[in-house]
Amino acid sequence: MNREIDTIRRDPRREWIARNRLHPEHLGVLAELGRQGASAATEWMGPNGVIRKNPHAPGFTGPNGLKRIDRSGVQQAAAAGRGAGHRMVAADERRRVTIEAPAFLVAVVPDMPGGRLSSHDRDLLGLARQLADADPARPCAVLAVAFGEHNREGGGELKEQAFAEAGVDRLLTIEGDGHTGFVPEAWLAGLVAVERELAPRHWLLPDSALGGADLGRRLAARLGERPATGVWQVDADATAPSGWRCTARGAVDRLDIQRPLPRVVLALAECAEPVSETRHAAEAMTLSQSPPEALSRIEDLGQVAVDPAGVALAEAEFILSAGNGVKDWEGFHHAARMLGATEGASRVAVDDGFMPRDRQVGATGTWVTARVYVAVGISGAIQHLQGIQGCDKVVAINRDSGCDMIKRADLAVIGDSSSILAALVDVLERDPALTRKGEKQDAA
Amino acid sequence: MQPESRGLEVAVLVSVGRHPVTGRARRADQDARGLELALSLAAFRPDSRVRLLHAGQRDDDNETALRGYLGMARGVGTGLERLTLLEQPEGADVVPALAERLAATPPQLVVTGARAEQGEGSGLLPYVLAERLGWPLVNGLVEVESIEDDRMTLLQALPRGQRRRIQVRLPAVVTVDGAAAPARQSAFGPARRGSIKVEAALAVPDEAFAGWTLSPARKRPRRLKIVKSASARDRFKAAAGKAQGGGGQLLTDVTPEQAAEAILRLLEEEGVMR
Ligand SMILES: Cc1cc2nc3c(=O)[nH]c(=O)nc-3n(C[C@H](O)[C@H](O)[C@H](O)COP(=O)(O)OP(=O)(O)OC[C@H]3O[C@@H](n4cnc5c(N)ncnc54)[C@H](O)[C@@H]3O)c2cc1C
Repeated sequence: MNREIDTIRRDPRREWIARNRLHPEHLGVLAELGRQGASAATEWMGPNGVIRKNPHAPGFTGPNGLKRIDRSGVQQAAAAGRGAGHRMVAADERRRVTIEAPAFLVAVVPDMPGGRLSSHDRDLLGLARQLADADPARPCAVLAVAFGEHNREGGGELKEQAFAEAGVDRLLTIEGDGHTGFVPEAWLAGLVAVERELAPRHWLLPDSALGGADLGRRLAARLGERPATGVWQVDADATAPSGWRCTARGAVDRLDIQRPLPRVVLALAECAEPVSETRHAAEAMTLSQSPPEALSRIEDLGQVAVDPAGVALAEAEFILSAGNGVKDWEGFHHAARMLGATEGASRVAVDDGFMPRDRQVGATGTWVTARVYVAVGISGAIQHLQGIQGCDKVVAINRDSGCDMIKRADLAVIGDSSSILAALVDVLERDPALTRKGEKQDAA
Repeated sequence: MQPESRGLEVAVLVSVGRHPVTGRARRADQDARGLELALSLAAFRPDSRVRLLHAGQRDDDNETALRGYLGMARGVGTGLERLTLLEQPEGADVVPALAERLAATPPQLVVTGARAEQGEGSGLLPYVLAERLGWPLVNGLVEVESIEDDRMTLLQALPRGQRRRIQVRLPAVVTVDGAAAPARQSAFGPARRGSIKVEAALAVPDEAFAGWTLSPARKRPRRLKIVKSASARDRFKAAAGKAQGGGGQLLTDVTPEQAAEAILRLLEEEGVMR
C-alpha cells in the first residue's frame, strides 16, 4: 500500500543542484524532479483507512531556492506541466448523462438572441430538467428546438457544447430559407410538426420580448391549450393532474396565480436554476418529414434603422464609449455614426465637458446592458466596470496593455484611439456592404 | 379613393384597466394607445371607421372607465360616439363572445392591447381570437405606415428600442406595444355624450380560472450568486468581484488597420451593425 513512501530515496546532491539556480545542471535536474514529482503520490490511504497527505508534495522550488506553493495553479502548471491536466479535470467535472430511451420529452424553444443561449434560456432549460428528472426510475429527455442560423460562434462545435452544458438531451434544428427574420407562421408550422411527431409532454418557452412570449402564445392557441404565462415558480404537487403546480404572475405583476402546471408554459427569467453539474448528450435529431410550407401572410421587410442617439443608454444594444483617451472628438462622433452605435462616456469625459451627463456609464451614471460595448480610451476604473457588468462582449481600445479594461475585454487592441477609429471609418467607407447601413444612418 | 366601396373598418377591443397606484378602474393604457393608433389611421385612410367593443360586466365602475375611451372622440363621424358592450356575467370567458361577434360582422383590422390590467392578464386573447378567426396576428405594433388595398405596412417594436418593418395581409389582428404613441386625453364632454350600447352575448363561464388561487404578488426572491468551485482561491476571487483577466484576445503591435479589421469582425459576428 504505502510502498512509495518506504522506497523514497533522497539524493542530497540533486536537491542541492535543484536549489542552486546557478549550477550548470540546474535546469536538467529540475525537469527530472518535476517528472518525478508528478508521479509521486500526494495522497494515499493509510493503514487504518485514513487518507494521508504528503505535505511536502505540493509546491515547487522557487528561483531563489525556496519552496513555493502557488494556489492559483498558474506557476505550478508552468513548472511541472500539471496545468493542462488540471484544467482538463476542471472541464470534465460535470457528470455525463445520456438518456437512451426517454419515457417522454420536455420540449424547450429557446430565444437564442444573437445565436446564443441567453441566461433566460438556460434558466428555462434548468426548469425543463427539473420536470424531466423528477422520477429517477423513468428518466425523460429535454428536447431543444432551434430555428435556422444559430451557430455563428465556433462553427458548430461550441454550440453543441453549450447546449450539452445547458442540459439538452436532444437537439432538433429546423432549418430552411424560410426561417430567418420574423416568420412566426413558419416557426409555428415547425413546432406543430414537432408536436405531431414527438408529442412532448410539456412545451416550455421563455416569456420574453425577444420572441418567446409571442411564439409561445401562438403555439398554445394553435394547440388549443391554455398556457400558464409569466410562470416564476414550479413545485411538485401530487394533487395536480400533471404532478406539478406553478405560480404565475397576472394582472401586470400585481397578482400571483397558483394553478396546476399546464402543457404549455411560458416562464419568466430565473424560474429555475440553470444546469451546472451535469453534461448532457445534445444528440442531434431530425423530423421524419420536414414541416409543411406555411401560408405566409406576414412578411418581414427587415429591421429599420433607428437613430442610435435616440436610444436610451440603458437599453442600447451597441455602445461606443469614450474616455479620457479620446483625443479626436469629431472622429469619435463620426465613427459612432458610421457604426450605428449609441454613444457612451466615462465620467472623466463627461466632467471635462466633452459628452453630456446622460451619456455617462458607470456606478453614478447608467448601468448598461449592451450586447457589444466598445470602450475607447477608458482605463476601467471599478466605478466604470460596475456599470458594464451586464454587457456581453467588451472591446477595448487603449494604449496601456496593463489597464483593468483590457482584463475585462473580450477583444483588446493596443494602439492610439484616434488612428484606430480613423481606420475603422476608413474600412467602413471602403466596404460598400457595410457603409450602406452607415449612410442610411447619416441620412436619417 | 379606394376601390372598395366599404371604408376601412377597425375594431378596437377595449378593456377596463386598473390604476397602478390607486387601484381605481380606468381606461387601460395599452387599449387607449390602440384606440389612438386606430384614430391615427384616418390620416391616410379618411374612410376608416372605428368600432369600440368591450365584453364584460355592466356596472357603474366599468361604465365610468369605458367612457374614458369615448372621451377620446374629436369631431363626429369617426364612430367613436358609441361603444358596444357585450354583456357577460362575472367570471365569464370573453373570447367566445368576442369571436362570435367579430365573425358575424368582420372588420378588416382588430386592434387590442398586449395584456389586460386585471384578471389573468395572460395576453392570450388576441392569439386565440386570431386563431378562431383564422387571421394573421402581429404583435408589438408601434406605428402603421401605410395601408394599400389589403396590405398593411407597420412597424413592430423590438427590445432595445429597435423597430422592424412588417407587411401583413388584412384582415388581421394586431396588438399594440407600450412604445406606441401615448393616448390623447379623455375629454369629459364627449365621454358624457357618447352612448354605451349593451347587447346580450354568448356567455361561457371560465371554469379553469375559477379553480385557481389568486393572491397579491409576492416579491420574488433574489437569486444569489453561487460560485461552484473547488478551490477557495477561485471562490474568493469571484466574491471579491474584481474583473478577472483571461478569456479575452489581446492584440498588441498591430497596425490601426489590422485592429480595425479585428474589431469589425467581432461586430459582424455579433450582428450589431445594421
Ligand atoms: C464616487 C465615484 C463615482 C464614480 N462614478 C463613475 C462612473 O459612474 N462612471 C465612470 O466612468 N467613472 C466614475 N468614476 C470615476 C472613475 O473612478 C475613473 O476616474 C474614471 O472612470 C476614469 O475615466 P477614464 O477611464 O476615461 O480616464 P483615465 O483613467 O484617465 O483613462 C484613460 C485611458 O485612456 C488611455 N489612453 C490615453 N490616451 C490614449 C490614446 N491616445 N489612445 C488610446 N488610449 C489612450 C490610457 O491608457 C488610459 O487607460 C467615479 C469615481 C468616484 C470617486
